[in-house]
Amino acid sequence: MIFLSLFFSFFQIGLFGFGGGYGMLSLIQREVVFANHWLTAAEFTDIVAISQMTPGPIGINTATYAGYMALKNIGAEPLFCVLGSLVASVSIVLPSFILMLLISVYFIKFKESAAVKGVFITLRPAVVGLLLAATLMLVSKETFGSFSENALEFFISCGLFLLTFVCTYFFKINPIKMIVVCGILGGVFFS
Amino acid sequence: MENSSAISRCLEIFWTFFKIGLFTFGGGYAMIPLIEAEIIERRRWLSKDDFFDLVTVAQTCPGIFAVNMSIFIGFRLRHLRGALISALGTALPSFLIILFLAIFFEKFKEIELVEAVFRGIRPAVVALIAVPALKLARQAKLTIKTMWIPIVSVGLIYGLGISPIIVILLAGLFGFLSWKIGERRA
Repeated sequence: MIFLSLFFSFFQIGLFGFGGGYGMLSLIQREVVFANHWLTAAEFTDIVAISQMTPGPIGINTATYAGYMALKNIGAEPLFCVLGSLVASVSIVLPSFILMLLISVYFIKFKESAAVKGVFITLRPAVVGLLLAATLMLVSKETFGSFSENALEFFISCGLFLLTFVCTYFFKINPIKMIVVCGILGGVFFS
Repeated sequence: MENSSAISRCLEIFWTFFKIGLFTFGGGYAMIPLIEAEIIERRRWLSKDDFFDLVTVAQTCPGIFAVNMSIFIGFRLRHLRGALISALGTALPSFLIILFLAIFFEKFKEIELVEAVFRGIRPAVVALIAVPALKLARQAKLTIKTMWIPIVSVGLIYGLGISPIIVILLAGLFGFLSWKIGERRA
């Protein structure tokens, strides 16, 4: 049963995930965190950080991790957890595999089609919205701490957010460097 | 020895894409220079023009950009078998690495220092997702006529809790209909 819901969730993500890895984040977040509770918001954020530091597409990374955790959370044996990873990863690739094969076989002149261009005039701005929504939904107690419970932690978190934003957006500093810096600062301030 | 050369060709495809999957940090776009170096310049499996067509198609299609590109190139080389092998090669390195982490990460996180490090990283990740959102907004060349689309999308997903899939379908349909109306007028 859980294999079936893993299949449907990740098949949907693969089918409707336009705009590259980041464009997919909003869909993954919805299915994995809010709809099925396979990962907490904090775990989802951690896996995005790990994806930045390890090679490979973010879609595969999240599918592999969520598939494993979905089975682990219901107390399955490690072997079944690995099977969960496999099902999720294959499912996320399957829709575009079929689609790319069809395009290869029939050699549809995809990019010249005026209809496709028309669709993308509104689809592209919508993906911007998707990504903004994913960002907003990550601003929570689980990622920033709570102002009422521990104001100092909350303010340090906001500082790390601003530092990373300014350094990557304005000064084009490599995201991996910022993860390492914030990890060290977190280790110093929070332990 | 047709058979053995076919097998060695398949191994060569697998190994090439495995290497590309292993060294791609920071998303599919970082993969473009690797593919250019390995597939176009070194092995000459594809011409430069074909490659630009391929990038456009892979971007337009849904799914994982890096995997889409490898399926397309694999199919050119060895049809269905080539597509399967190249997709597997691209996905396998990150599958194995994340699987390894998933097995050991939970035990890791019980260490207090590791949890503290990740508490520092989490707000940084939120910023790292906000940055491509703004970059994408600039690339999409939003005008007053299209500005409302991301705003409404955020409202629907964040405010009303509507599925992003519905928003994608609506946006696509809206674009198609306005193209249809524009064509009829012309």
